[in-house]
Amino acid sequence: MPSRLVKGVRGIGHRVVNSLWRLGVASRFFVLILLHSGSSFRRFHLVIKELFSTGVLSLIIILVSGLFVGMVLGMQGYDTLQRYGSEEALGVMVALSLVRELGPVVAALLFASRAGSAITAEIGLMKATEQLSAMEMMAVNPIASVVAPRFWAGVISMPLLAAMFSAMGVFGGYLVGVKLIGVDEGSFWSQMQNAVDFQQDIVNGIFKSFVFGVAVTAIALFEGYDAPPTAEGVSGATTRTVVTSSLAILALDFMLTAFMFRGEG
Amino acid sequence: MERTTIDLWVGLFVLLGLGAILVLALKVGNLGGVNMSDSYSVTASFSNIGGLKARAPVKSAGVVVGRVSAVHFDGERHEAVATFKLDKQYSFSKDTSASIMTSGLLGEQYIALETGGDSAQLKDGDKIKITQSAVVLESLIGQFLYNKAADGGEVK
Repeated sequence: MPSRLVKGVRGIGHRVVNSLWRLGVASRFFVLILLHSGSSFRRFHLVIKELFSTGVLSLIIILVSGLFVGMVLGMQGYDTLQRYGSEEALGVMVALSLVRELGPVVAALLFASRAGSAITAEIGLMKATEQLSAMEMMAVNPIASVVAPRFWAGVISMPLLAAMFSAMGVFGGYLVGVKLIGVDEGSFWSQMQNAVDFQQDIVNGIFKSFVFGVAVTAIALFEGYDAPPTAEGVSGATTRTVVTSSLAILALDFMLTAFMFRGEG
Repeated sequence: MERTTIDLWVGLFVLLGLGAILVLALKVGNLGGVNMSDSYSVTASFSNIGGLKARAPVKSAGVVVGRVSAVHFDGERHEAVATFKLDKQYSFSKDTSASIMTSGLLGEQYIALETGGDSAQLKDGDKIKITQSAVVLESLIGQFLYNKAADGGEVK
């Protein structure tokens, strides 16, 4: 009986130590990326190549979802606001919710599943087919030549994608609110411009998406680099990337929002 | 894919992203200016403008005919001066009256114009003489309470 108890406690300890160890490896990996990112700026075409696959190829999904999220916000917002006779505030509602929250968060979630999973699968497969070991054999540091360019490409493209998402969403809200439902166009824009502050709302939103970009790309890269070199290992790593980075985005969003918008009306 | 093609696409992507930030700053945020083609500018002073802001609509008979372009305080006469632009296609008589109204109970405030009988028309830079200030809800409630108290006193 006591031996079973000891086994149980040992199992818990094993798991805790394992996850702490993994966290430590991930942190060391992150520091290594930062240390080796000098070469990716010296050879910037590597970053540009990755910008194409993470940024440009994510454009369609970001723009289309932004448009639809904005249109739905326009409809739902109008439905609620007109009960209080303040449908002119539709522009404020659409713009603030997009610029502050939905733009960075939804764009980052889409980015995690569109680009993050691709990064993990690519690096995991590189590892499984021993391309990374081959690079090491040739005295090429795989972190400097494969991992760091992908990291910076993700960090650069995330704020741009979030800004496009928000802009597209505001346009979608305008289409539905003003063109379809018939809210006064001037009130829509004027109230929006009165309420949305550049420093407080737009810059903070961009900063949020920058943090999400760092988190999502780092998680995706680590999961790929850490994946067991088998087919199952790579598929499991891809799944973990999407799950972990989505949770990380939501948790970081809560923390950043608590710091940025605390105590405001 | 060709290196140049990739460069082109990435360049477009970055430009599009920066453009989106610019649009957010100018069109959505408060860094933009006001532009309205073919309009003339008229001022009116009010003793209280309530919550009227720049870019609020100017309506006549409920139809939007212009926009408020600026609101400032006249330090000498202690009045608020609202400058607004009216669409060129609408003309108003010189004795038009301007009043500040609220759309809905708690909605946005706007300037309502009611045209008079003068045959001369308002021109660019003119000042509207007959104005009516915004109704401040608190003073209205205060007045109501005061009247109620006065009525109560009479009954006794």
